[in-house]
Amino acid sequence: MASYRTPLARARGLGAAKHGVTHWIAERVTAIALVPLTLWAAFGVLRLAAGDYGFAVAWISDPLNATLMVLTLAISFWHMHAGLRVVVEDYIEVALTKSALLILNLFVCGLAGALAVFSILKVALGGA
Amino acid sequence: MSDTAKHQRERPLSPHLQVWRWHITMATSILHRATGVALYVGALIAAAWAISLAQGPDAYATFKQVMGSPLGRLVMFGLTLSYFYHLANGVRHLVWDSGHGLDVKSANASAVLVFAFTAAATVAVWAIAAMTGAV
Repeated sequence: MASYRTPLARARGLGAAKHGVTHWIAERVTAIALVPLTLWAAFGVLRLAAGDYGFAVAWISDPLNATLMVLTLAISFWHMHAGLRVVVEDYIEVALTKSALLILNLFVCGLAGALAVFSILKVALGGA
Repeated sequence: MSDTAKHQRERPLSPHLQVWRWHITMATSILHRATGVALYVGALIAAAWAISLAQGPDAYATFKQVMGSPLGRLVMFGLTLSYFYHLANGVRHLVWDSGHGLDVKSANASAVLVFAFTAAATVAVWAIAAMTGAV
């Protein structure tokens, strides 16, 4: 017997998961932000590598450097979380392993990002 | 050749390492993921830098000693390559997302450009590092 449900009723709820586009756009927007930020950070690393502890403290105490470094790290960890998430979803088929790795990815990015940002603020605000 | 055999030969291929001939755009795609994973480790090293700085001069000296060791320098060199590759290929992806450069000829040309930029930028940064006493 033919179904009484209309094609629209059958299609509803089977489409996009409603948040795939957000993830895709977030990956690209963070990528665009990271182009200038990481180029700036690369030159920062060159200067920091040549300097000692005192230089690093003075460098990160500059409000501009502290702000840009916090943004670079926070957006990097955000972008990394999005990127590795796709890698895990593509290659890991076992549901439990996949879920465990996705949660681990989130926790590692969250913890490392929070530690890095807090550390920079501590030094920049004169606590070191 | 029978129709069936011809049909089977021309079946579309799924992009899989065992059935696809290696080509440059395939290499750039795989390398984008590989360098992304490498940079994940790089960001954790950056976090370790910030934490060691907040812990004080001794922890910071230890961090600099580890990163200044031959192994640390090798890791930093690999991260430099990974960074410039992921940066250039990421921009290539953003251009593709805008709908440009998607034909085979342009994609092959931009792949070569990405490799050339990666090599040139890495050499330039390490030359600057050597001149400024960073390594």
